[in-house]
Amino acid sequence: MRRVTLRKTLVVCGVLSIVLMVVGLVALSIGSERVPLIDAFRPGALTPTQRSILFDIRLPRILLAATVGASLAAAGASYQALLRNALAEPYLLGISNGAAVGTMIALVFIGANEWGRPLMAFAGAVAASLVVYRLAGGRAGASPERLILAGVIVTTFQSSVIVFITTLMDATRIRSFTFWLLGDLSQASSSSIGIAVVATLTGVILLTFNARPLNLLMLGERDAFDLGVEVGRVRLQVFMAASLLVGVSVALSGSVGYVGLVVPHLVRMATSGDNRLTIPASALAGASFVVLADTVARTIIAPRELPVGAITALIGAPLFIYLLKRR
Amino acid sequence: MLEARNISVKYGAREAVTNVSLEVVPGMMTAIVGANGAGKSSLLRVLNGTIEPSTGQILLDGSPLSSFARRTLGRRIAVVTQEALLAFPVSVLEYVLGGRYAWSTSGGWGWESERDLEIAFNVLRQTELEDFSDRLMNELSGGERQRAVLARALATEARILLLDEPTANLDLAHQTSMLQLVRKHCDQRKTAAVIVTHDINLTAEFADNVILLKSGRTIASGPPRDVLTEELLSEVLDIKVLVDAHPLSGAPRITPAYELRRQIGADTAP
Repeated sequence: MRRVTLRKTLVVCGVLSIVLMVVGLVALSIGSERVPLIDAFRPGALTPTQRSILFDIRLPRILLAATVGASLAAAGASYQALLRNALAEPYLLGISNGAAVGTMIALVFIGANEWGRPLMAFAGAVAASLVVYRLAGGRAGASPERLILAGVIVTTFQSSVIVFITTLMDATRIRSFTFWLLGDLSQASSSSIGIAVVATLTGVILLTFNARPLNLLMLGERDAFDLGVEVGRVRLQVFMAASLLVGVSVALSGSVGYVGLVVPHLVRMATSGDNRLTIPASALAGASFVVLADTVARTIIAPRELPVGAITALIGAPLFIYLLKRR
Repeated sequence: MLEARNISVKYGAREAVTNVSLEVVPGMMTAIVGANGAGKSSLLRVLNGTIEPSTGQILLDGSPLSSFARRTLGRRIAVVTQEALLAFPVSVLEYVLGGRYAWSTSGGWGWESERDLEIAFNVLRQTELEDFSDRLMNELSGGERQRAVLARALATEARILLLDEPTANLDLAHQTSMLQLVRKHCDQRKTAAVIVTHDINLTAEFADNVILLKSGRTIASGPPRDVLTEELLSEVLDIKVLVDAHPLSGAPRITPAYELRRQIGADTAP
């Protein structure tokens, strides 16, 4: 494994940015209605319907998919570093579910406030992260058994809260909720995109700027402390940034699972375990991954749609089993 | 430099260290000797601020340890632990460069400078690991890994080294070479070393000062020849020992008096 340098990081991130743009353009042109992309650049070539499909429906959805992917992958990479376990993932740890509980509480008790849902989702994610960290943490890092058990306990507890809240809803909303819980990007709107982009950039940048101390935390909190890391401050910042990323993605798109597991794993395998590279590269690769997964989700049985979470789980669950067996 | 004044350490109701004072002096190697559970590691952990003493004070250059930023302490005090915990693959060079973190001026996304690399390769040479820099830590033998831990501590350029059983995983040759290296740093760079160890013979050979701990209390403290006596060691270690002079160095040489073993050996000899 070669040492990571700034130059290498910039090259990898540059390549991944180009990949993301290509994936985005492909996703823009694919759908139940074929719109030749070249027409989008020729004035007057698009019919009003085509323009509406491209810019009001597909583009917001692709942007939301990209921010959700970037958020979940970067959050996954940092949870893994903080808990010293490659199996840590927001969905499996119950953190996404915590954000889901927060979102539902906001929906039922606060109403349709643009900021209410993301804020409550953030609060839910913070609460769930703290519980998981307390339950799973140990001096030698979280063992896979403890981590998974902590995730299961947190998830089942929250599931019962979710069921409880669902019973308070009317029947027509329940179906769209079940869909949303599995990860659903069809609700993308230009107003939600603004919140998503700002939260994603803030979170990913904050995590990236904690990457070097995170490298040391991966080797143990005590070691990091000895080497001059202010463990408490770094841990707090990372938890807050990761919870912001998870919270906002869940509020806007539900719980898309396994992105935080699959993407950082592939990035580490292809490059290095150095978080200064892994975190920004995971964000970019995660964006492409979810845009691709969502394109599959909305086209494979068109005109019907699958929740994007079903596609990511289809890829992620086997990888999780492989990682668990390999240990 | 670094001074502990009348410190006690409590874990709940249990007192692990009781009213211990010690001074860490530039160029001196101090050894802390005692049985398991005597409070040796707790004492070491208090000295770098990992554990807060319940009473007493730790002073660095006359100021309380808690008044220093963590990063400053990372440049002043380095710790060598018994084992490296590795949850993710990391190369030896990356691991050792971790020792340069406290010197970074470019924040959390900072990158190592040329000087950081120079220092890292220098300590890798000193610990005979220069050919291992690209190898993964978890592919190394226990002894090689232990040397990498020392290399990382040396990479911090800290003038105070706290070593917690650094020779526990090493063969005889590497035990000696590790302590020789620490000794060299004490002599040439005026590094102060505090070493917790069960290896009393190496202590006798290399340390300037020995502190005998029993149940968290100082039983005796002073140069090896004064402190490593049959009476004191038998009291501290709860086993009768013989002390004679090493034929080459003249340092105290400690051997357990294997009476019980000899008895059993006599009874069961073929």
